[in-house]
Amino acid sequence: MTSLSASSASPTAPPGISVRNARLSYGETVLFDGLALDLAPGRWTCLLGPSGVGKTTLLRLIAELEQGADGRVVCDDGQPAHGRVAYMAQQDLLLPWLTLRNNLLLGSRLRGDRTGDAGARADALLDEIGLGDSGSLFPGACSGGMRQRAALARTLMERRPIVLMDEPFSALDAITRLQLQDVAARMLADCTVLLVTHDPLEALRLGHDIVVMTGRPATLGAPMHPPGPPPRPADDTALIGEHARLLGELARAGAETAGR
Amino acid sequence: MNGIARPQFFVRPLVVFAGLVAVWQAIVWASGVPTYILPGPGAVIAAFEKGAGLIARHAGTTIVEIIAGFAIGTAVGTASALSMSYFRSARRWLLPVLVVSQAVPVFALAPVLTLWLGYGMESKIAMAVLIIYFPVTAAFYDGLRRTEPGWTDLARVMNASRWSELRHIRLPAALPALGSGLRVAAAVAPIGAVVGEWVGSSAGLGYLMLHANARVQTDLMFAALFVLAVIGCVFYFSVDSAVRRLVPWQAESHPEEETR
Repeated sequence: MTSLSASSASPTAPPGISVRNARLSYGETVLFDGLALDLAPGRWTCLLGPSGVGKTTLLRLIAELEQGADGRVVCDDGQPAHGRVAYMAQQDLLLPWLTLRNNLLLGSRLRGDRTGDAGARADALLDEIGLGDSGSLFPGACSGGMRQRAALARTLMERRPIVLMDEPFSALDAITRLQLQDVAARMLADCTVLLVTHDPLEALRLGHDIVVMTGRPATLGAPMHPPGPPPRPADDTALIGEHARLLGELARAGAETAGR
Repeated sequence: MNGIARPQFFVRPLVVFAGLVAVWQAIVWASGVPTYILPGPGAVIAAFEKGAGLIARHAGTTIVEIIAGFAIGTAVGTASALSMSYFRSARRWLLPVLVVSQAVPVFALAPVLTLWLGYGMESKIAMAVLIIYFPVTAAFYDGLRRTEPGWTDLARVMNASRWSELRHIRLPAALPALGSGLRVAAAVAPIGAVVGEWVGSSAGLGYLMLHANARVQTDLMFAALFVLAVIGCVFYFSVDSAVRRLVPWQAESHPEEETR
């Protein structure tokens, strides 16, 4: 897939991103206040934490999708993040009236850009992600795994230097999850990625930096740096040890958050 | 899958219909009521044969009124819903009109419409338009407002303009809702036309029925009523099948399969 290595390369160098003074409150409850998060350029940052701690809000703040939260988002190249972000949610968000292939082309349709290579890139991506024969299917006729594959491909189609993913693989079976993690790690290797996840193993496989978000108001722990390049094999013994430690930490944090 | 052209779909209603005719005939025999109070099926068929030309001519008028009313009502309703969802000022001005249009009993307007638009088709078409306007506008507007928020998030991150978001996401997403509005409209359009004819007209099945009733030609009245019912059914099922073709991705909910 020579065409693909070309197509997955980002058009611009990925910026580092700093979030400062992030604040979110619902009435009296302050979910977080004065939070600071740094995403290193061209690296994967995995944000782990118990449910309801505000991970998704933090991600949506960077995507400029969050109205309820405040905070300053700065890219280290001085350019705004707007227009350089691709977003993938836990739901596949495929449009049911479009075929998988046309779902991949959604971004170029929405922007009205008629440049020629989008169709060819969509076909190449569908091949790459194992949906080469399924481009003409409608989402309603596809399994959850196929749909999430298509959603990942649509995210890759955007060729954005910043990629924000909110538990993108959590609804998948274990095998498909591992496959898609590998594909995503390979094809987004050059991007600045924020991956929000519940799954410590996923964070350990994919993250250059792992940040744990806990408490209410929430704080971020010191980033962890698992050794070796992602995607790391799931049967790595060091990984399994770290996995157990992180699970314990999250379980304690979850109990604390729930106890307040 | 499609639910059209399966034999069971037609067999059951036919059996029910035959049963109703049998009960009808039985009541006529058992009670011995005179024909001018309740004609039997035979008498109605005879009246139908005798007055076929007359009924056909009046049916033609009513059909034109129904179709014109449906077309205009749908056009005005969709346009209102679109402008309400797109322009805040349109929302402020049209929403009260929409509510008031339902607070005034539409039937009470029929004499006024006849006074203004005359005894011809115009007043009946206006009646049908008025009765259709609300279900179409309300359903479509609701559909346009209730776009899956994840889809609009996606559109925003993909730098869609407001217009292209409407065209590629909000509009197709609202088509199922518009479809249910159109189904209701198809069911009530004949009511509007016939009520208009009752109030004042010189043609149409409503006129024919009123006329026949006054002359105690009850059998002719029943024949006209029967034709009106057939027109209503054919019109409803045509609209229903057109709607299904318009939103094929909604095909999984077949009303006749829900009861299994």
